[in-house]
Amino acid sequence: MTETREEAAPVAPDIPTGRSRRVRGRPLLYTSYAQDMALLDTPAKRLWTLLLVALAFGLSVLLQDRSLEVLAGAYVLAIGAIGLNIVTGYAGQVSLGHAFFVAIGAYTAAALSGPVDGENIGFGIAEVWLWLPAAGLVAAAAGVLVAPLAGRLRGLYLAVVTLGLVFLGEHVFKEWKKLTGGPGVGREAAVPELFGVRLDQDGPFGTKEQVLYTLMLALLILFAVAARNLARSRVGRAFAAIRDRDIAAAVIGVPLTRYKVLAFGISSFYAGCAGGLLYTISGYVEPGSFNLLLSVQFIAMVLIGGVATVSGAIAGALFISLLQPVTRSLPALVPFISGDTTQTPNVFQVETVLYGLLIVLFLIFEPRGLFGLWIRVRNYWKSWPFSY
Amino acid sequence: MKGLLETVIRGLGNGSVYALLALGFVIIYKATRVISFAQPALMLAGAVAVSYLAGVTGFYLAVLLSALLIAGVALAIERVAIRPMVGRPVFVVAIITLGIDVVVRVVVNGFIGRDVRQVGDPWGFTQVSLGPLVVQSRWLAMLLVTAVLVTLLFAFFRHTRYGLAMRAAAFDQETALAQGVSVGAVFALSWGLAGFLAAIAGMFVGTGQGIEQMTWVIALKALPAIIVGGLDSLGGAVAGGLIVGVVESLFQSYQGEFAPWLGQNFAIVSPYVVMLIVLLVKPYGLFGTREVERV
Repeated sequence: MTETREEAAPVAPDIPTGRSRRVRGRPLLYTSYAQDMALLDTPAKRLWTLLLVALAFGLSVLLQDRSLEVLAGAYVLAIGAIGLNIVTGYAGQVSLGHAFFVAIGAYTAAALSGPVDGENIGFGIAEVWLWLPAAGLVAAAAGVLVAPLAGRLRGLYLAVVTLGLVFLGEHVFKEWKKLTGGPGVGREAAVPELFGVRLDQDGPFGTKEQVLYTLMLALLILFAVAARNLARSRVGRAFAAIRDRDIAAAVIGVPLTRYKVLAFGISSFYAGCAGGLLYTISGYVEPGSFNLLLSVQFIAMVLIGGVATVSGAIAGALFISLLQPVTRSLPALVPFISGDTTQTPNVFQVETVLYGLLIVLFLIFEPRGLFGLWIRVRNYWKSWPFSY
Repeated sequence: MKGLLETVIRGLGNGSVYALLALGFVIIYKATRVISFAQPALMLAGAVAVSYLAGVTGFYLAVLLSALLIAGVALAIERVAIRPMVGRPVFVVAIITLGIDVVVRVVVNGFIGRDVRQVGDPWGFTQVSLGPLVVQSRWLAMLLVTAVLVTLLFAFFRHTRYGLAMRAAAFDQETALAQGVSVGAVFALSWGLAGFLAAIAGMFVGTGQGIEQMTWVIALKALPAIIVGGLDSLGGAVAGGLIVGVVESLFQSYQGEFAPWLGQNFAIVSPYVVMLIVLLVKPYGLFGTREVERV
């Protein structure tokens, strides 16, 4: 009896841990964990991602400066949306307070890089690689401070409390005139300078828009890859467990408070960096802009793009940002829509209505967002000409 | 002392408006477990409807008609956008209401235009004296009407068939379904009631100073009120609304004198501070049901 058992005792299966060879023509056959976890797990994905990145960089010479400016803004918003996706999409903690953390980042960056003898607080540190992490870290610190309170709350209680944060933040920033310049006045935004070269001026590397576009694109890729890496790590799996059922997560040994604090911290770091960068394009920041609408915009990006996907957050940010130039060009095409704010219906109203309608329609008809649409298209062609 | 009492009465007046809005939030929350962020838009729509109808039908009839109209709008929203989402995560439904709020508000703002609209109320800024106190008559009207409405509402929940059905559905939807309660009708009724209350609240917000495009922000003060009172407690909503109103009024009168370092207009955000303090002590609000976790 014992002998047979010993014979039958399972030998530890020889699972290779390194990257092993692919079987040709079998893209879904994984022969190692590393393959299964790879960011770009099929050759096709590798090829297309490479092409897409190359195209994105190529756009900086192909497009007009005006379009580049819009896209650069969209990339920065995408960084913020990825951040919100980490706390709301991956970790499932609904936050309406993203605008607050964006504001903290924006003012940290503006204060660090502002002129020392100016009207507002300034320290004259204009190097991007110094003020950008600083903006992120200060925002992350604020996120970590808020998190213990947030850790006690669940679901919609949390949503309302983070909403309160936006209102409190708006008040503080409007009143702290030494830092922000006050409502209606504002102050100059962070100055992007890399090793002594001003990036927000036409220079040897191209026009202001071209340089800023390239900078934002590079940073977006950096932040996106970091977020993808986080999502497939131990931390990412803990977040998903908390999102799906926090009690079950606690039972299998995920420390809830620690990971909720971590989620808020990382998310706020992203928000802070996005805030620091966002206003370098216009060069000006006004305390009234960090309101509930900005938070809702970020939520809309995440939902329209696709919850808990990095590529979805980027797609959502692009979609929302491009909505504005598209609606602005409507009066030329549709005669009854006016470009004048005093008339009804005008473009601003159309824009706002579209925005609300898109959120509602996406949530009702395609809850996975743009990412879900892409999955549908992909699956259709994968099995074409058969229906499944 | 006289000033303090007058401040408190002003706070109670405003607070009763917040209480009406908070009741709408709580009724919807109890029925569907969703916070409806569409309440601000419905409130504004109610005020606008009153401002248009008051000249035609007279003020009091206009209030009733507008409240019924907005209740109808709320019913339509529930049927078109909320009912298809039954069984989906509450967060998703909450965001849908946020989207609806944005859309409805744009339409309503089109009716308001760029200037301040008067709702045609009979109170305006007139004052009455209560013994030694001199207070605006609209505070008293708000307090009185809210008291009547709250009494009617509680009687409705306690003594009528539909009230019982709503309580049953709020307690346990599946069991209520098994007993023959139409949960769909309960959802519709809760949205209708919330719309009705929001329209009345909107009318009161418009008394005196009138309404403009930014008036909707006032409805968001009901959010700290429901959190302070507890999301699922009707009594808590009333108490929370009154607390928020009084605190705000006290800050309006005395903060400039005693704590100027908090900055101008701190009164506007003071409800959120109260909310944070209450949540630090009681995470489910003053009267909310503590969530029991079973593994």
